[in-house]
Amino acid sequence: MSHYTLDAKRMMCPMPVIKTQDRVAELQVDDTLEVICTDPGALNDIPAWCRINGHEVVGSKEENGEVIITVKVGEE
Amino acid sequence: MVSTQRKAVALISGGLDSLLAAKAVMEQGVHVEGINFYTGFCVEGHTHAIRKKDKAKPKRNNALWVAEQLGIKLHIVDVIEEYKDIVINPSHGYGAHMNPCLDCKGFMVKKAHQWIDEHGFDFIITGEVIGQRPMSQRKDTMPVIARESGAGDLLVRPLCAQHLPPTLPEQEGWLDREKLFDFSGRTRKPQMALAEKYGFEDYAQPAGGCCFLTDEHYSKKFVDLWDARGERKYELDDIMLLKVGRHIRPRKHFKIIISREEGENNFLSGYRKMFASLKTTSHAGPLALLDGELTDDDIELAARIVARYSQGRSAEKVELEFTGKDGVSRLMEVVPMPPSQVQEDWHI
Repeated sequence: MSHYTLDAKRMMCPMPVIKTQDRVAELQVDDTLEVICTDPGALNDIPAWCRINGHEVVGSKEENGEVIITVKVGEE
Repeated sequence: MVSTQRKAVALISGGLDSLLAAKAVMEQGVHVEGINFYTGFCVEGHTHAIRKKDKAKPKRNNALWVAEQLGIKLHIVDVIEEYKDIVINPSHGYGAHMNPCLDCKGFMVKKAHQWIDEHGFDFIITGEVIGQRPMSQRKDTMPVIARESGAGDLLVRPLCAQHLPPTLPEQEGWLDREKLFDFSGRTRKPQMALAEKYGFEDYAQPAGGCCFLTDEHYSKKFVDLWDARGERKYELDDIMLLKVGRHIRPRKHFKIIISREEGENNFLSGYRKMFASLKTTSHAGPLALLDGELTDDDIELAARIVARYSQGRSAEKVELEFTGKDGVSRLMEVVPMPPSQVQEDWHI
């Protein structure tokens, strides 16, 4: 399993979700993806997207105006 | 005999109709997944949430929320680039404002048709209802969407299916036509009754549809953008900025985008490397972006207007920091423009 990061700063939702969706599609099960956003809406939308698509949010924090969400890739 | 479970993709806008249409087909044992196309003009709770006063409202993406209520996957597709041609050159023209509804629906169904081909799905579901929308949801235009999108009889509108010729899924017995519906017109009562039957209590009911192009004020700013640039083109940043702030064009060659509160201030500050900007320093006040090529006189005029929207509007002088696109800043002092001199027709 590997860890990756995705810069989704300055994007308004749903763009951070779309970028997460497209990046996760390239990763393996149990890989983790740290998504860095500035739209606080991502705090709701990325977890919602994970719930309906079989992935898991393993970390979520807000610091310095950024929202950082870590997604663990599940079996789709 | 082994029966194959049929698969359908539902266009999910996040509103009630697409929620019900997908549910009606799921009730018949079909595997349904959702698809949502992001054009850049989609009305999202988040866009409104830029403004601090709206922060109490839930920041949810309704399409994701609908998918979660239905327990289905949702595929969100970025169509920003392809969609430009629909907005710039709609073959069926615009609706009341800059909304190319008929071309838009045809485009989305066409994209969904491509998607089902690529993913081995059998048909497409939309939440359209005859007579509900003046342009795209009329008895005479609904066949146009089916035909021009290429989807033909693979396009099922469960909420008004009984008013339309049987589609392939109905002819093949994948769907029981009798269990589909005969809704029509602008009334929402049948949808609300069906929502209650299915146990959906909380759902989005956007008054003007789900697209900013149906909004009169937004469309006016959009047309102004094209007029000022002398060409019908746009980028995502352009159309995002039209959703935010007070837009004032005191001269044809430049406009000022003035934040109205803290949330918009934060949002606009993300664009300070792309635009020249003004920020009051002697008094609390808005951040303003300057769009266009400005002379020193223009900057002075813009500063006076921005000062008028600051806490220093009644002061003799207001100090502002001007930052050019090159990142170089300088302080300047101006007399705030009296409100009576901010001409009505400068407001876009």
